[in-house]
Amino acid sequence: MSTVEIRLGGSGGQGLILAGIILAEAAILDGKISVQSQSYGPEARGGSSKAEVIISDGYITYPKVLRPDILLTLAFSAYSCYKKDVKENGMIIVDESIILPEEQSSVKVIQFPIIKTAQEVIGKSFVANIVSLGVLAELTKLVTKDSLEKAVLNRVPPGTEEINRKALLEGYNLVKMRGSEVWQRQMI
Amino acid sequence: MMATRLMQGNEAVVEGAIAAGLKFYAGYPITPSTEIAELCAEKLPFVGGKFIQMEDEIASMAAVIGASLTGLKAMTATSGPGFSLKQENIGFAAIAEVPCVIADVQRRGPSTGMPTSPAQGDVMQSRWGTHGDHSIIVLSPSSVKEAYYVTIQAFNLSEKYRTPVIILMDEVIGHLREAVNLEEYKDIEIIERTMPQDKENYLPYQHIENGVAPLAPFGKGFRFHVTGLVHNEDGLPTNDPKVAEKLIERLVGKIENNKRDIVMFEEKYTEGGDVLIISFGSSARACEAAIENLKKEGIQAGLFRPIAIWPFPDERLKEIYPKFKKVFVVEMNTGQLYYEVDRIVKGDTYVGKINKFNGEFFTPCEIAEKIKESFKNGI
Amino acid sequence: MASELVEKYFRKETLPNIWCPGCSNGTVTAAIVRAIDNLGLDKDKVCIVSGIGCSSRASGYLDFNTLHTTHGRAIAFATGIKFANPELTVIVITGDGDNAAIGGNHFIHACRRNIDLTVVMYNNHIYGMTGGQYSPTTPRFDRATTAPYGNIDRYFDICKLAIGAGATYVARSTAYHVQQLTKLIEKGISHKGFSFIEALSTCPTYYGRRNKKGSPADMLKWLKDHTVDIKQASKMTAEELNGKFIIGEFLNVEEPEYVEEYEKMIENLRVNYK
Repeated sequence: MSTVEIRLGGSGGQGLILAGIILAEAAILDGKISVQSQSYGPEARGGSSKAEVIISDGYITYPKVLRPDILLTLAFSAYSCYKKDVKENGMIIVDESIILPEEQSSVKVIQFPIIKTAQEVIGKSFVANIVSLGVLAELTKLVTKDSLEKAVLNRVPPGTEEINRKALLEGYNLVKMRGSEVWQRQMI
Repeated sequence: MMATRLMQGNEAVVEGAIAAGLKFYAGYPITPSTEIAELCAEKLPFVGGKFIQMEDEIASMAAVIGASLTGLKAMTATSGPGFSLKQENIGFAAIAEVPCVIADVQRRGPSTGMPTSPAQGDVMQSRWGTHGDHSIIVLSPSSVKEAYYVTIQAFNLSEKYRTPVIILMDEVIGHLREAVNLEEYKDIEIIERTMPQDKENYLPYQHIENGVAPLAPFGKGFRFHVTGLVHNEDGLPTNDPKVAEKLIERLVGKIENNKRDIVMFEEKYTEGGDVLIISFGSSARACEAAIENLKKEGIQAGLFRPIAIWPFPDERLKEIYPKFKKVFVVEMNTGQLYYEVDRIVKGDTYVGKINKFNGEFFTPCEIAEKIKESFKNGI
Repeated sequence: MASELVEKYFRKETLPNIWCPGCSNGTVTAAIVRAIDNLGLDKDKVCIVSGIGCSSRASGYLDFNTLHTTHGRAIAFATGIKFANPELTVIVITGDGDNAAIGGNHFIHACRRNIDLTVVMYNNHIYGMTGGQYSPTTPRFDRATTAPYGNIDRYFDICKLAIGAGATYVARSTAYHVQQLTKLIEKGISHKGFSFIEALSTCPTYYGRRNKKGSPADMLKWLKDHTVDIKQASKMTAEELNGKFIIGEFLNVEEPEYVEEYEKMIENLRVNYK
């Protein structure tokens, strides 16, 4: 049975919990089993926030993520807090704006201009979470693009479908432009 | 047709309640149960139901009882602090025998504690939170799908036994989203309130051994009295010690003597082995994973998971614990259900406890480690 | 009370009641029953909800759908009943301790919602059931078992509270002015929205004896001498009104009623979100 554990870490208001829900729903649309959970402080905005998704072919006993295969983070605080949990040979996707300390690790770290793409290409910083999903899907093939798009459109507020679809495409493009076949091979 | 979909535990409670016939919700916002109120506010108008946000926790429990007396299936949801505030009126529902359902999504306490963190500290409050003596039914789901199922059963049991029923959730299950397919529950039986026939001789509190009389709704011509005072079979108050004794005996007996009908549990690998783990709610999921870890270390562990924690499935536990060398009770508190297990095992077998109460969920590893350690010390 | 009213509206097996000789709770209860009779309400569709205290025992004696709840919570239970089944006429019987102290929060919010309940508060200025402790309406400097040296609390005018909180029918009368009281309760029941009627009553056993108020009859006479009708009061100076209770109808206005508003919302959803 193959199981992949994903953690999305950021600060409250970045929409990563919604991204986690969408990812889990996309996996279900693909016919897989998934669970999604989150933890957060009392703040609605600005506090640390964490969403977790487990995608598997079978019943998921323990519902929380202990050692993520993939960590995606849009905030330095989340990066420094969770990087130690990532499995050896796991992967960390980090926003380009975060300045990473030099360190030795068996974990692959890859940076993309996620927030910048949301702000400058789409023109709405609030779609950074959807751009993230695009990056994650293109990079890992964890969920099909069909299902992901359906899941995104199911969950986003009416009237924002177009920009969210665009955000997803821009996410895919960020990876394509990077020519990341290497990453894909390692993940499968 | 219902397909598999991602659903949150709190949402499953609402879906289960509506499937069971929920028509009235009164509540007050409190983390981590608030989604239940929000979804009821959104959905009840479309199923002929009503939602009201009351001025406080006490009032919401009161309004639920009032609505139930008019014949509607009614519920509320809360967490520790609100659950404490509701206790007096839960006791009222117990003695007045008014069906109602209360979901308590547990968080770390006491008091305000850690509002967004999980705990299972209300095990004893759910059983003994009200003053006086009565029995109660408490169901604790360990998955989103099961939250849906036990919510339907909570309504069924509350109608069948005319009693408040508590759904004892925890933050992990309340906020967890899981893939669920409700298709398998589509034929589940829904118990409806029975209408008494004889208006002239109606006794709302008729003495039925281990049972209850049908409850007539207000407004249908029965004109009876409901009180929190000890009362006769007609509902009118009395100080007669004989009546008091009979009433309390029936309140306890209608649940304790129907245990076989009420208890629900799940077991895994209980044919025998080194250690029997007893756990419930979300903690049981960590235990299940721990059992796999232990197996790799050569320790055979079984799991006994009460779904109805009150009344506790003691008969079944008595059958299985002798097949194990040790028993461990795993819960997110300092040890509550442990005392019930210890009482049942009565010193025949070692009963240990594994607890966590720092606001974090168990990891399978820490459970497995503690069990391994106990074998190392040769207890 | 007229025996035909007892015959028609009381549960004979519950009588005699537990109230002390000279207590005016029976008088106020009779006014409620007479108001219901005058309005010709169907007994099966009337629901009486009460809290805890001497006055709240009235629900058990009356042959309607009756609910004797927990201390202070009668209005919250009644809200559930009225909201769940709007065809019931729901009348709450409460006391000054039950409604003005422990139940104060439910009271103000029911006023604010303007839910169609009629609340009759028997105000005997004391906790009678527990043996004579001071309540929010015990007059200043009067004595009670918990105010052995005189009560220093300020008097709580619950009619003013009701008006401030948004009730749409507010009135006060007394156990002495039975006809007026009956009429005001009748109007309160007929009023669509939250109605509050304060009934000044007497507790000769605990309040009267400790404060040397004389016989039960003297206490009723005191009510007569210390009340001024609202019409007359408008012509009097503040000095003249000092130490007097104003009686009569204080407020009678139409405002959106809670249950109707909810039903409108449902209807709107049914039409617009099919």
